[in-house]
Amino acid sequence: MGMMVRSVTNWGRSGLSDWLVQRMSAVVLAAYTLFMASIFVQNPDLTFSEWQAFFDVTWVKLFTLLTVLSVVGHAWVGLWTVATDYIKPAIIRFFFLIVVGVTLFVYLVTTATALWG
Amino acid sequence: MKVSIYRYNPETDKKPYMQDYDVVMPEGKDLMVLDVMHLVKEADTTVSFRRSCREGVCGSDGVNMNGINGLACITPVSEIVKPGGKLVIRPLPGLPVVRDLVVDMSVFYKQYEKIKPYLINDSLPPATERLQSPEEREKLDGLYECILCACCSTACPSFWWNPDKFIGPSGLLQAYRFLADSRDTAQAERLADLDDPFSVFRCRGIMNCVAVCPKGLNPTKAIGHIRNMLLSTAT
Repeated sequence: MGMMVRSVTNWGRSGLSDWLVQRMSAVVLAAYTLFMASIFVQNPDLTFSEWQAFFDVTWVKLFTLLTVLSVVGHAWVGLWTVATDYIKPAIIRFFFLIVVGVTLFVYLVTTATALWG
Repeated sequence: MKVSIYRYNPETDKKPYMQDYDVVMPEGKDLMVLDVMHLVKEADTTVSFRRSCREGVCGSDGVNMNGINGLACITPVSEIVKPGGKLVIRPLPGLPVVRDLVVDMSVFYKQYEKIKPYLINDSLPPATERLQSPEEREKLDGLYECILCACCSTACPSFWWNPDKFIGPSGLLQAYRFLADSRDTAQAERLADLDDPFSVFRCRGIMNCVAVCPKGLNPTKAIGHIRNMLLSTAT
């Protein structure tokens, strides 16, 4: 009785913190989506130089970085949940999570390089 | 009426199969599904199922009727089968089948046991009884009525995929019943036991539990309350 459920691959060790990460990152992702959509609607003939100047603004860079960090957290919690639901053999599940982790890491590095490179 | 029943006897059958029966229904009467099951058993005594009170109190005859979990004794055939249609009865999904419609509920009871379904209070008991105000007692309404029939937990995909780790809607409804009880003093310990990523948080709000509960209870709401309690006590 009272068998504790041990998890080592989830985001924050506690179900509550994972749940919070999922909710908070969802808010950031929704805000960034609306922000981007409004940019495209307001500037239908966006040129590359305008695009570049737009991303030169520090707070836009920070907002973008925050969004990609949210993607990383959101995707990890979500896909970890999907994996622990549907992929029962531990080896295959770990392999899947490694692929997810590497992909998210690449997202993060690519974004940081694009913004500050 | 055509009745199709899930049959499996692990001692003689390699695989489960569906067996069809023709049941003559009495004119001008709407039978309960359990009555139909008894008519089938009169014709074929090898059909096995659990039943006891036949009035939706004991929770023994939870089965899956035309795809929906419920208590056979309080489900009218007319609610499940369209005129001229077929009644399909299967065991509750996701649990090992002992025989025919009888399932092994051990994992379901294990989850119930985990939430410590009893009052914990180490203070000296008063001479008579621990009193509650009517308001405090009211908080237990919609929680204490659970009869542990397992219709909800076995309708829950999260429970199907992780029956060993996710408490399930029934157990969580009971967990909240004790968390909400003014006489219980183990709230912090109870919450600490539920904070892992599976026990409570595997609930994805699918709400099959609410849809099938024969007592009209709302486990999803109770789970929301537990989540809020965890949030308000967290740092």
